[in-house]
Amino acid sequence: MNPGSMTEIWVYLSTQPLLWLTLTLAAYLVAIALHRKSGGHPAVNPVLISVAILVCLLMATGTPYQRYFDGAQFVHFLLGPTTVALAVPLHAQFKRLLAMGGPILIALVVGSLVAGLSAYAIGALLGASAPTVASLAPKSVTTPIAMGIAERLGGLASLTAVFVILTGIFGAIFADGLLRRLGVKDEASVGFALGLAAHGIGTARAFQLSEQTGAFAALAMGLNGLFTAITLPWLLPLLAPLLK
Amino acid sequence: MIAAFALLLAFQLAGEALRVALHLPVPGPVIGMALLLVWLVMRRGPDEPLRHTAGNLLQNLSLMFVPAGTGVMLHIGRLTDEAWPIAVALVASTVLGLAATGLTLHLLTRNRSSGENQ
Repeated sequence: MNPGSMTEIWVYLSTQPLLWLTLTLAAYLVAIALHRKSGGHPAVNPVLISVAILVCLLMATGTPYQRYFDGAQFVHFLLGPTTVALAVPLHAQFKRLLAMGGPILIALVVGSLVAGLSAYAIGALLGASAPTVASLAPKSVTTPIAMGIAERLGGLASLTAVFVILTGIFGAIFADGLLRRLGVKDEASVGFALGLAAHGIGTARAFQLSEQTGAFAALAMGLNGLFTAITLPWLLPLLAPLLK
Repeated sequence: MIAAFALLLAFQLAGEALRVALHLPVPGPVIGMALLLVWLVMRRGPDEPLRHTAGNLLQNLSLMFVPAGTGVMLHIGRLTDEAWPIAVALVASTVLGLAATGLTLHLLTRNRSSGENQ
């Protein structure tokens, strides 16, 4: 095969959704293999590695993100039904969740306010621009909720999505080590903290630890999304004058 | 498997419909998750195909974040311009959020279980 026809094949394939869909799955399989090989080490995070591989590929080939997403959207779409599927492990832990209702609600209020307000306050005090600060505040919440909140606060939805993902990856990598050092080792508390502070990516990490940890993470993710969506839009205007 | 997948999509659809109809601030899939949980409590648990399909999807939850995560490349400019405040805010608030949540739940439930033991 001469180089000319190779280029033709590449030009054709690179515009087709199939190529980037396949490469998304391939990058994920490489990341999962590395994760297994490391013995499930949290620093070898599958989302981080997959994203790193794909960003390198896209930049090396000069492919715009939109063209990549035309293929990858089929994977992105599965996020919806997979979120619904979290009800199954939640149901398996339902009795424990009900028995812990009071402590769970208190941990929700404390954790949600600390995570959201500290991101906003630190960003503002260190001199980040207004749209960046508004996009930082909802970063512990699952992506679609966070994007909606950021828009209401004057942030940028797509920048918020990036902060959400970075938060999730950071939380997934460091949560269990940090909590262990603080003496928090029970599955319920570790899972609830992961889901609250690091949403879906933290929940994915929690499921790597155990199904019970994952169920508490899923619950925290859902509750924090709801609580933040209701409280943050009226809390931040109260806090904003204090930071100026 | 198709029936279980259709069921998940149906609950997501119901969640989306409810969100639009009632102007709820929560996304459709999260409402769908709550609806499915209610349904599972009423039915006393998932059937085998649903348990199997949900397990398979959740095992690969990380994969579903990859397309959105790759969007980080669109913001590399802003991320490098404001790298310092962004990095400190993200890292510190996530550490604080994790610690506050984990410690609160741990301390509250530890007291409770030691109370039950007495």
